[in-house]
Amino acid sequence: MSAVRVRAALLTLLLGATAAPSQAETIKVMIDRLVYVPTEIEAKPGDEIEWINKDALVHTATVKGGADVLIPAKRSGRLLLKESGSFDYICRYHPNMKGRITVRP
Amino acid sequence: MTIRLTTAAAAIALIFAANGALGADKPTDPQIAHIAYTAGVLDIEAAKQAIATSKNKAVVEFAETMVRDHEAVNSQALDLVKKLNVTPEDNDTSKALSQAAEAKRQELAKLTGAEFDKAYVEHEVAYHKQVNGALETMLIPAAQNGELKSLLETGLKLFQGHQQHAEHVATELK
Ligand SMILES: [Cu+2]
Repeated sequence: MSAVRVRAALLTLLLGATAAPSQAETIKVMIDRLVYVPTEIEAKPGDEIEWINKDALVHTATVKGGADVLIPAKRSGRLLLKESGSFDYICRYHPNMKGRITVRP
Repeated sequence: MTIRLTTAAAAIALIFAANGALGADKPTDPQIAHIAYTAGVLDIEAAKQAIATSKNKAVVEFAETMVRDHEAVNSQALDLVKKLNVTPEDNDTSKALSQAAEAKRQELAKLTGAEFDKAYVEHEVAYHKQVNGALETMLIPAAQNGELKSLLETGLKLFQGHQQHAEHVATELK
């Protein structure tokens, strides 16, 4: 590998590394046999959560007095996080399913 | 009403207790499959009655969840028994459950409006409580096949959620 190419590669790496923290991410949460995995997640405003439902059952991710995401059986549902805070959520149909999202700038 | 509901719950408890009292006669996998499937079908029928009768949004939404979830679990159960080449076997517990459900259906058929809603939802709390108790103490421990046991365990978690959902709707109706 030539010196120029190594420099270019390094530069991309560095730029990539510095750009990454401010970039919005998609955080995946699995739903498997009535459990959100992981149960607790941390995120930044602008991130999106994608719940991937492996069950043959319809679930939701519902914050009391807030977001209500329908997650069909064997499908996924998404939520864009706008504000900071700590949010407990449950499934409306199976209130024993519980999760928490902490959003920090 | 409270007395009648308690009686129904007690009847179901008795059924399971009686089955346990048969002692060494723990249910076999074909019987367990039949009991679990029957319990699901009966709850679907009760839910359909509620959907046809109730005008309450929370009650109808709950009933729709019961139809959706129990149909999903029962279709998984059918796939499993087919795969395992097991034929679900009718038994006294299944028969007693069906009889109790028929009695409850007739009782609910005489009610309308808020009276129906309250009776249906309270019955759903009691019914899921009893079925969950049976799963925990009898059906899951007795299940021999690992896949059947695992399906029953998922079912238990699901029906515990239904019980909480029913309890929540019950407090809303007060
Ligand atoms: Cu759910």
